[in-house]
Amino acid sequence: MPAVQETIDQVRSIDVDQYKYGFETEVEMEKSPKGLSEDVIRFISAKKGEPEWMLQWRLDAYKRWLTMTEPSWARVSYDKIDYNDIYYYAAPKKNPAPKSLDEVDPEILKTYEKLGIPLREQEILAGVEPERRVAVDAVFDSVSVATTFKEELAKAGVIFMPISEAIREYPDLVKQYLGTVVPVTDNFFATLNSAVFTDGSFVYIPPGVRCPMELSTYFRINEKNTGQFERTLIIADKGSYVSYLEGCTAPKRDENQLHAAVVELIALDDAEIKYSTVQNWYPGDAEGRGGIYNFVTKRGDCRGKNSVITWTQVETGSAITWKYPSCILRGDNSRGEFYSIAVSNGMQQVDSGTKMIHLGKNTTSRIISKGIAAGKSENTYRGLVSAHRKATGARNFTNCDSLLIGNQCGAHTVPYIESKNATAVFEHEATTSKISEDQMFYCQQRGLSEEEATALIVNGFVKDVLQQLPMEFAVEAQKLISISLEGSVG
Amino acid sequence: MADVTLMKTPAETALVQAFESAKTTLPGSTESRAQAFEQFSARGLPHRRVEEFKYTDLRALLREVAPFAGVPTADEAKAALGGSKAFADVAALQVPFVNGHFVREAVDFAKLPEGVEIVPLREALANGHEWLAKLSPVPWASGNPVYQLNTSFMADGVMIRVAGSVETPVHLRFVTATGSAIATATRVLVVVEDDASFTLLESHESTSGANHQPNDVIEMIAGDRTNVQHVRLNAEGDKALALSTLALKVGAEANFNSINVVAGSATSRHQVYAILNGENTNLRVNGATMLKGTQHGDSTLVVEHNALHCESRELFKTVIDDEATGVFQGKIIVPHHAQKTDGRMMSAALLLAEGGSMNNKPELEIFADDVQCAHGATCGQLDEDLLFYLKARGLPQKEAESLLVQAFLGESIEFVENEDVREALVGTVEGWLKARS
Repeated sequence: MPAVQETIDQVRSIDVDQYKYGFETEVEMEKSPKGLSEDVIRFISAKKGEPEWMLQWRLDAYKRWLTMTEPSWARVSYDKIDYNDIYYYAAPKKNPAPKSLDEVDPEILKTYEKLGIPLREQEILAGVEPERRVAVDAVFDSVSVATTFKEELAKAGVIFMPISEAIREYPDLVKQYLGTVVPVTDNFFATLNSAVFTDGSFVYIPPGVRCPMELSTYFRINEKNTGQFERTLIIADKGSYVSYLEGCTAPKRDENQLHAAVVELIALDDAEIKYSTVQNWYPGDAEGRGGIYNFVTKRGDCRGKNSVITWTQVETGSAITWKYPSCILRGDNSRGEFYSIAVSNGMQQVDSGTKMIHLGKNTTSRIISKGIAAGKSENTYRGLVSAHRKATGARNFTNCDSLLIGNQCGAHTVPYIESKNATAVFEHEATTSKISEDQMFYCQQRGLSEEEATALIVNGFVKDVLQQLPMEFAVEAQKLISISLEGSVG
Repeated sequence: MADVTLMKTPAETALVQAFESAKTTLPGSTESRAQAFEQFSARGLPHRRVEEFKYTDLRALLREVAPFAGVPTADEAKAALGGSKAFADVAALQVPFVNGHFVREAVDFAKLPEGVEIVPLREALANGHEWLAKLSPVPWASGNPVYQLNTSFMADGVMIRVAGSVETPVHLRFVTATGSAIATATRVLVVVEDDASFTLLESHESTSGANHQPNDVIEMIAGDRTNVQHVRLNAEGDKALALSTLALKVGAEANFNSINVVAGSATSRHQVYAILNGENTNLRVNGATMLKGTQHGDSTLVVEHNALHCESRELFKTVIDDEATGVFQGKIIVPHHAQKTDGRMMSAALLLAEGGSMNNKPELEIFADDVQCAHGATCGQLDEDLLFYLKARGLPQKEAESLLVQAFLGESIEFVENEDVREALVGTVEGWLKARS
């Protein structure tokens, strides 16, 4: 069956020419010299006031990176990136390290206001129910400009701060965990990130603490010719819980900008991390000019027993998406989940999916992925589920559906399912006929047309995925909620 | 990984030498062979970094290339054929091969069933037979290194043309009888004319346990409104490294069923490359693979829907005992113009023992928006509840297991229309299970 009209309208409403966050902020910026060299890395490290070991870590990564070649296995095509034609560091010239919100350039504050990101704590308190509070770390190009609720979080023992600050203030914690999930040598883009990363968030939740509010980071690329290389490190100590949200936007430009981030999550015994992303980088125009190249390495390590890591993502932006949030299920009884909706329009190319690597006993994982391709876009799901010899009793359930709107786009699925343990039970399905006849009959009996009934049932199903998103992001994802997946192909 | 000069493995060097010495004696023009071999040697034996061979690393599996087999004497051929027994109870026209060479004395060309014509490939290649013009490969096959090797080395085979409704199945019977290691390469071309119906059986057996390296290709062109059943049985010796390819083009409103049953070989890889060129065609490709010990069984499949309203069903069942490894790689391709396609691909694997592994990779590549395509893959143990049910009724563990395995594989085999053939396949499954307990 082809897509229903409602779906087509919904996807159209978020088409590439409808991009709302494409404005530019005029701020005087300080930049590193163009291109990449040891000197640039030393420059970044000095700007951040980093200790010697961190600089050495970066330089080692850079040396390694020089020997690596860009991967070409993904189903995306783009002009060769000139890594020496990018500014690797750009920060607002006026007071790049503001102590309080009053010191932040008003232009930047205005930007966040326009984007709807609350940076003033009192405003948040006035407008929203106390339990819905969100602590925000706002990253503007290469620096964090504001982090809210730091004191209140500190009272609970939660450390939430820009990673550059954490390197100075908590070097032991950073040293202990940085690069242990995504090693420096992991892949081309992760190694590049290790050499030049500028800012990002650092979160540490002490044992037994349930983080009192949602944490979030809002990434904004603003300056021309720059790349953003953020690094996020989240550690949930024994028995703790944290929900973390991430949002991203960028101005409309004819050039392509590079975004190569690394996110590392570590969950110790009985800890739970929920990581949600609404990725809305500028996707380029209808002819495929401009847009962000999004090459991201995200990986969670369920290091302790009974730990849980959940990835939820709503992907609508970027010219190219290359992103596989993964879970290493090391601890016994640990659980990994991946919920994704990826919508591609215009000339966008998405190659995304997940990896669930079962190492421990009785580990479980679930993958729900919905891909919607429209315009001339290409949407690929690429996933790996593997059970190693010792992963006795591992279980996986995967469901990945895709839907095409128009016949100039493509939807592809490339799942890898590898089992080395007889007691592991893996199920992978990608079907359209998931709507039960009973449900259809029930709805139709009450006067709904077949199409309405299908839309209703499918919407209910998609909502299941979106319910994984924290309330705060539900608004942004609202537009996607009513997208029906009727007529989807596996 | 900077660009490095490709070092040839000993096996690759041996292949180059074998080709140099054989190319003048092999039948037909050397030009197309040389071209295929050049394409092959430019990339060498595929290894795990080559996506299509990720799970079947031929560079590691093919360490030594066996010498290509010579033509057996009449007595040798007779003795070899006397010993084999695949599809023994099926009344069929026997087209026997011994050590990769067609035994023409065993076929009475005067008494072929009505509508069947057979031409030995050596003759056809030497005279430039008109049917050879139809030997244009399916696009996915021509870039494949296993197919390229076959094109380079194919020493013998037959061409079969079928017209009208043919009742008697044609049985391609490949027997290996050798004390020492040999390599063979056969090619069979089958042309099924419009409106014809036909059953093709294919069996691969060995009378000795010698190391055998067969590379067999069947190219089939099925016309409009044809009805074709293809049943392949791999019962090779337990040291064989068996590579095989079925390249298939199907016309409109046709029905094509193919099943590959694997009960032998140390390493086997069966590749199916099918392209549906006419509207309203039904294709079914099934597999039933039984692996034990350290066996490695690979089923690779690419189905391209190239016309409107076609339906394809792929069902692959793999049973893995001991420390064996199963592989399934399937791909359904639906280009823009193939609207109303209905494709369903399923791979299910059963792991009977601790050490086994299964690798599934069911892919979809879809460009048309009004289609239904689905794929599924499962992997697990026998259902404890079912086992308990049977044991509660007095069946010993092994018997209960056997019954469930039979039912599991039976789902794939039940589509074989010819009752005698189906019985023969069920017998193979039973034999495998008996050897297990």
